[in-house]
Amino acid sequence: MLTLLFDGIAYGMLLFVLALGLAVTMGLMNFINLAHGAFAMAGGYVLVVLMQRHGWPFLACLPVAFIVPALIGALLERTLYRPLYNKPHLDQVLFSIGLTFMAVAAVDYVMGSTQQNVQLPDWLRQRWEIGSGALLLGVGAYRLFIVAVCVALAVVLQLILSGTRFGSRLRAAVDDPRVAAGLGIPVNRVFLLTFAVGSGLAGLGGALGADVLGLDPNFPLKFMVYFLIVCAVGGTSSITGPLLAALLLGIADVFGKYYVPSLGSFIVYVLMIVILLWRPQGLFTRGGAR
Amino acid sequence: MSHPTPLDPATLAQRSAAVNRWRPWELVLWAALWATPFVFPQHGALINEVAIFALFAVSLDLVLGYAGIVSLGHAAFFGVGAYGAALFAKEVMPDPLVGLAVATGLGALLGLITSPMIVRGTDLTRLMVTMGVALVLMELANKFSDITGGADGLQGVMMGPLLGRFEFDLGAHTASIYSLTVLFLVFAFLRRLVHSPFGQSLQALRDNRLRVASLGMTVQGRLAAVYTLAGGLAGAAGALLAQTTGFASLDVLDFHRSADVLLALVIGGTGWLWGGLIGAIAFKVMHDVISAFTPQYWTFWIGLILVVLMLVGRERMFSPRQWFKRGGQR
Repeated sequence: MLTLLFDGIAYGMLLFVLALGLAVTMGLMNFINLAHGAFAMAGGYVLVVLMQRHGWPFLACLPVAFIVPALIGALLERTLYRPLYNKPHLDQVLFSIGLTFMAVAAVDYVMGSTQQNVQLPDWLRQRWEIGSGALLLGVGAYRLFIVAVCVALAVVLQLILSGTRFGSRLRAAVDDPRVAAGLGIPVNRVFLLTFAVGSGLAGLGGALGADVLGLDPNFPLKFMVYFLIVCAVGGTSSITGPLLAALLLGIADVFGKYYVPSLGSFIVYVLMIVILLWRPQGLFTRGGAR
Repeated sequence: MSHPTPLDPATLAQRSAAVNRWRPWELVLWAALWATPFVFPQHGALINEVAIFALFAVSLDLVLGYAGIVSLGHAAFFGVGAYGAALFAKEVMPDPLVGLAVATGLGALLGLITSPMIVRGTDLTRLMVTMGVALVLMELANKFSDITGGADGLQGVMMGPLLGRFEFDLGAHTASIYSLTVLFLVFAFLRRLVHSPFGQSLQALRDNRLRVASLGMTVQGRLAAVYTLAGGLAGAAGALLAQTTGFASLDVLDFHRSADVLLALVIGGTGWLWGGLIGAIAFKVMHDVISAFTPQYWTFWIGLILVVLMLVGRERMFSPRQWFKRGGQR
């Protein structure tokens, strides 16, 4: 029971880090970016390549897995994404699906279509058990590590968002880009930085989750729905919304797959539809201007 | 500028008749389409496939191009139609036309049930809900594998002869003519529909929902009606596929199918009925050409085409008149 709960929380935290960038960019630019998973996949593959082909230690790979997707994200934002901000949602959806298709096929071509395995260091492969019976809590060191990293990230991000100058600019731009620009906030640069950090976070999440979620070229398509669920259910105006939504999703998914494995993700999808019918703007939003 | 004088009913009727009239090039194109199964009898299977895909794209056009609802789960209706027709032929009776009617009814029913879901919310919510419905159906089809055949697909669907006379042959000659006929009938019907006051009101809805509501038209009822109709037509497309190939598998509900049809429709252009047809033909031809030299990586090129198409702009790409103008915002 508790083990499942813990796994669900770890899974949810991972989804939170993966989807946070999407939630922020979606709230900021009102841009539906289905290609977000591609950045996560990029992070995962960076980790795999560095660890397996160059023998880097696991911890050293994680920052790189953040930086590389962040740079790719910044580059793409500058060149490809920006012209589409003012286009209708349909165009954005098609554009990002196209980008995803390209990423999937390109990774397939370069890395092969097989699932990649990550050799975790020994200290992450331990497992402790506390308690007994129904309250047995099995804690894998790796999942504990994921939870720790993700909680730290969430705290840091929340502090940045609420405490720094950049954070207040970002919040202003999310609330109303035009007025923010009129007040002299360099909205374009805020967009660029946010997009890059969001892509980097996705990459980091992809690297962290390579072992839990599995990594193959179809990763962006497989998890796209999950990221979108986090954003749609959690709302895009804060980071607590996506956090709660991600935890809910992670726990529901782990429990659902454990108790009724034959239904697969059925429960999650139904839950999503019900929540969206009940609160079309997301569970945790105030008002809902857009 | 003079004040516009209200038109008298006779002029109005005349004008609407003029809009309704088939243009010569449309007749020529349809004649060409009708000729294909007879000129290229060896490509019957391909013609059949394109006709089905075109029907599917046209049904999406009704939702997307006319009513303005972005859907990423249109395969739900296609899949329901395909499984419905296959199961009906297997369990109840093998007559294709009755099966087609049943599958259309099933698709329309699903459209009716799900239509309240697409009325509310933002584009993102609608996107998620439509996609979610397709995913839920796929999980269900996978779960109840004793009915649907699960991952192996539903095999052994034997169709009776069409109209009691024409057997479905291996060269798919009958099948291609059957699908083309259905496509033509639907096309003629929709052509009539979109130029009717109902069709006009749909386009008004797409452009400004609030204003339509304040004109006193029911937004929800109209959306529900068009979604039901589109669901039925997509169901018919699925039924045609299941009937002519004698097979239905989980693939009919796949996300790829929803994305492909969206892409095809966008290539052909949304908001006019020919868009679905032209897009379907272009998409299939493109698919064949690209996968001829890179069978495994053809999605890369499809993706590239999409990206370029969106960056250049959907409207500009296919109307050469605008190529030399400065791009403005929509």
